[in-house]
Amino acid sequence: MSLASYWYAFSGILKRESLRFIHQRSRFFSSLVRPLLWLAVFAAGFRAALGISIIEPYDTYITYEVYIVPGLVAMILLFNAMQSSLSMVYDREMGSMRVLLMSPLPRWYLLLSKLVASTLVAIPQVYAFLAIAWLFDVEVPQVGLLWVAPAVILTGVLLGAIGLFISSFIRQLENFAGVMNFVIFPMFFMSSALYPLWKMQESSEWLYWLCRMNPFSFCVELIRHALYGKLNADALLVVSGCLVVFTLLAVLTFNPERGQIGKPNQR
Amino acid sequence: MTHSSQPLVEVDQLGHCYPGKQALKQVSFNIQAGQFHALLGPNGAGKSTLFALISRLFQVQQGDIRVNGHSLRHAPAALLGNIGMVFQQSTLDLDLSVEQNLDYHGCLHGLSTRLRQQRIEEELARVELLDARHKKVRALNGGHRRRVEIARALLHHPSLLLLDEATVGLDPHTRASLNRHVRSLCEQRQVTVLWATHLIEEILPIDPVTLLHQGSVLASTSAHALCQQTGTTSLVEAFEQLTSRPPPTDGTNL
Repeated sequence: MSLASYWYAFSGILKRESLRFIHQRSRFFSSLVRPLLWLAVFAAGFRAALGISIIEPYDTYITYEVYIVPGLVAMILLFNAMQSSLSMVYDREMGSMRVLLMSPLPRWYLLLSKLVASTLVAIPQVYAFLAIAWLFDVEVPQVGLLWVAPAVILTGVLLGAIGLFISSFIRQLENFAGVMNFVIFPMFFMSSALYPLWKMQESSEWLYWLCRMNPFSFCVELIRHALYGKLNADALLVVSGCLVVFTLLAVLTFNPERGQIGKPNQR
Repeated sequence: MTHSSQPLVEVDQLGHCYPGKQALKQVSFNIQAGQFHALLGPNGAGKSTLFALISRLFQVQQGDIRVNGHSLRHAPAALLGNIGMVFQQSTLDLDLSVEQNLDYHGCLHGLSTRLRQQRIEEELARVELLDARHKKVRALNGGHRRRVEIARALLHHPSLLLLDEATVGLDPHTRASLNRHVRSLCEQRQVTVLWATHLIEEILPIDPVTLLHQGSVLASTSAHALCQQTGTTSLVEAFEQLTSRPPPTDGTNL
């Protein structure tokens, strides 16, 4: 297969993901409602309780709303990744995954293309959220709006790979929500998305270390720094490393024999 | 290139196990280029497993399959480029249009934009659905959806078309029409067809047929020769004799 074939395949997958997203308008709005609720309600309630000292990448004291916006951007990506994993389990159950897998291109390329395409679909959601956050006086420097794009793509693909890896072990669609609850909530709450980790350390040392080791914390910090035109090298290194590891794991453990087409009684 | 004396498809000692169940046992048979070859077997015979192996959805555990000389074990990409598939269960995206579904398939097979447009028009015209190209698949009836799937499977010009119980759920008239259409592909475009079915009415006496039962090939010859070998007067009787069970039928003739 020529290089052009690889491009056509990726463009086809991206087009399909975009069309499916456009057809599910409610998905766009619900993806915004969730972080906006946190920003408008949760942040208002906790603003007084949680004082934020001057921490990187901020140059001065900030409001709690400003602090949680990067975490909420990561939250959009987290839910988008899980939605994408759900759609892959659904496709596997319903059989439409077979169309993708019967392409003569390598399977790793097809799966990676799907992960990247799902992430690119999330980018308008991120920018729409940042635009609304601006109405809440959370102003991001213009340079940050550019820098955040690669951070969002890296984070989105990593979270998508984690979702795909986990979905490899889900035999039935019905089990998906239950399993994901054990992934999404610990991942989100045990991170620096809602509170700086030094605050967690004041409460519990071991919990602090759990949060510190959570790849999602590094995703949040990568996005936080990128939004202010700065690079967090540690976060970039960890996110990139995890991306490689989880993509490999997702591809290696991917097994179309699971689900509908793998049930002997269906033969 | 396909040599005239060499079969286009060679299924060689193929075996496959599910946990606790042997689905295929040393399955071997050949298909000549341009043939309409029927794969007959009751539900649970192993037809879909065989198709899943040919289309690389399952990993080959034992044996090998060669299509146009390309081995599934050694050149899976070349093999996949040579086959088009219509699955038992519809794999069309209901919320996309007919054209968008075909375009997606063309992209996955590395066809350029221009070539995709040209082939989509050609294939939809052949199945008489060019006017429905902008319709959502959800708006089509079962027979038309099957035609779209056939058009899609042929978009990249494969030499082998696999149809896994493609007429399941269709009314007798639509089944017959679909069967005729696929046969015409063999005659007019020299496409080789492997037609899996559990319905004997879909097989003509001149058709080469492989009879699969409980994961094993009981016979692989023409339907007519099968009757002669078993000393029976119809494929129904031959099936009954070989499998010791009455054949599934819906009582209609094509």
